[in-house]
Amino acid sequence: MVEEPLLVLRGHPGVGPDVEGEAWVCQDNFSARYDLDRRTGTFSRRSHACYGQSLVGRVCFFNGAKGGVSTSWALLDMKSRGVAPAALVFRLTNPVMVQGAVLADIPLLDRLSPDPLDTVHTGDYVRLRPREGLVEILRRGAGT
Amino acid sequence: MRLTREEESMLAGAEGEAVRLALEQQIKVGDFFGAEDFVPVASAHVHSEMETSGEAGLAFLEKIAALGAKVRVPTTSNPRSVDFAHWRQVGQEERHVELERRLVAAFARLGVQVVDTCINYQSITPPRFGQHLAWGDTGTVAFANSVAGARSNFEAGPAALTAALTGRVPRYGYHLPEQRLGTVLVEVHDQPQDKADWGALGCVVGREVGDYWQVPVFDGIESEPSVDDLKQLGASLASYGSLPMFHLVGVTPEARTREEAFGGREPARRLVLEPGALEAAYRSYLPESDKVELVVFSAPQLSLDELKNLAVGLEGKNVHPEVKLLATTNYANYGLAERLGYVKAVEDAGGTVLAGVCFYLMTPNELREKYGYRSLVTNSAKLANIISGYGYVPVLRPTAVCLWAAVEGRLPW
Repeated sequence: MVEEPLLVLRGHPGVGPDVEGEAWVCQDNFSARYDLDRRTGTFSRRSHACYGQSLVGRVCFFNGAKGGVSTSWALLDMKSRGVAPAALVFRLTNPVMVQGAVLADIPLLDRLSPDPLDTVHTGDYVRLRPREGLVEILRRGAGT
Repeated sequence: MRLTREEESMLAGAEGEAVRLALEQQIKVGDFFGAEDFVPVASAHVHSEMETSGEAGLAFLEKIAALGAKVRVPTTSNPRSVDFAHWRQVGQEERHVELERRLVAAFARLGVQVVDTCINYQSITPPRFGQHLAWGDTGTVAFANSVAGARSNFEAGPAALTAALTGRVPRYGYHLPEQRLGTVLVEVHDQPQDKADWGALGCVVGREVGDYWQVPVFDGIESEPSVDDLKQLGASLASYGSLPMFHLVGVTPEARTREEAFGGREPARRLVLEPGALEAAYRSYLPESDKVELVVFSAPQLSLDELKNLAVGLEGKNVHPEVKLLATTNYANYGLAERLGYVKAVEDAGGTVLAGVCFYLMTPNELREKYGYRSLVTNSAKLANIISGYGYVPVLRPTAVCLWAAVEGRLPW
């Protein structure tokens, strides 16, 4: 039986396969080079809002994409070593992030309505359906 | 996306598996950004080295090379993580160097010109106005779009490679005239002088704007910027703000006037840089102590002029015995700088000039752990931004301060 979502966020078609998991929401921007220790998938930039936390296996929500071209290779490399995020959702992303997600086959969505950073909270259980451009909140987490 | 007959046939595998895979990936990206069709590109510039590509990236490149694929437009490479002539001196691991050699071999099989430079626009393959490109390294894209008036999105390593194999890119973003118009007016009342100031300017505006789809327009700059100044500005904007294009009124070709830069529209946003704004950017990088361990001139690689200035700045001086001074450039400039005596001058003073690399690619985590580095002093705003992700405490300072710090072994502020 398919679970009925509590709330549906709609956008344009994204990339990558469908995925379900616990949401992890970060109000900051993201770059795999600038912010991460890519060997472990842990945020290593002291000024980042998520410093010290890990994105491994998480359905990550960020504000925007930042920085240079290296995030693309980094996503493939992290996936091959088992330290990649399960999925990436942005308010607004950039080409590098999409190019990298396509290569690594990691689901990615952006430009959703309502705004994911206002409506999704860390710990919520979500389903991403990139082909349809949908993020569905299935269950609220303990913190919501 | 709308495909031509040739593209349909590529997608059906008529031109081999590598081309089919490449076009398939490009269509996914093009669909994501609403591209209607493809546009042919004049050249590709590919970022891939072992620090970021990792063994998975190497395996991908070797797989594509083994399929017998060849690039179909002139294709150059961005810097490497290893200077093959200096890696022992730098202190890098032999295993890593061997993997980098394999990556170079894969590139060569694909027909890539392995020039290892992030200043291709300055010394190898200058772009021309209106040319569509598939360039990686964000600094090269910022320069090509802004200073040359060529047209490129950020094409990350794998994306630039796919473009090299198919000879085209999805037409969206900065390939479209309307995306190239200014959106944010930056009124500059704090005049950049040293080239590090131009990086600091990019730092202030990049942090503030921080959105790939916005285009800042700088107005009020009184000096005549050099190509090196604009290279610093572009690299810094791209690094701090993920910005692939800027206009400088009266200087860059699509901004002869403020009106032209904005295409007759009103700016969506206005920033005013009051006197002291650049100083504040420097002051945002506070050292933990005044002790200096590592001074780096890199990111982007140095031009011949910058190498000369470094040589002159170190004339009759010695780098402090407890300080390591590194400068990076490309092979072309290294050869010329050797000929002109600049490399020897830097080495005589106790510094090191490296070729074909950029510091932040040179396995900085491993070097930090091996030598116990904590801080890094640099005149490159881009390097200061990137290197904090590798656990360094960066200190951005004007060029003269960096040189003084290298010689004295301490920071004046």
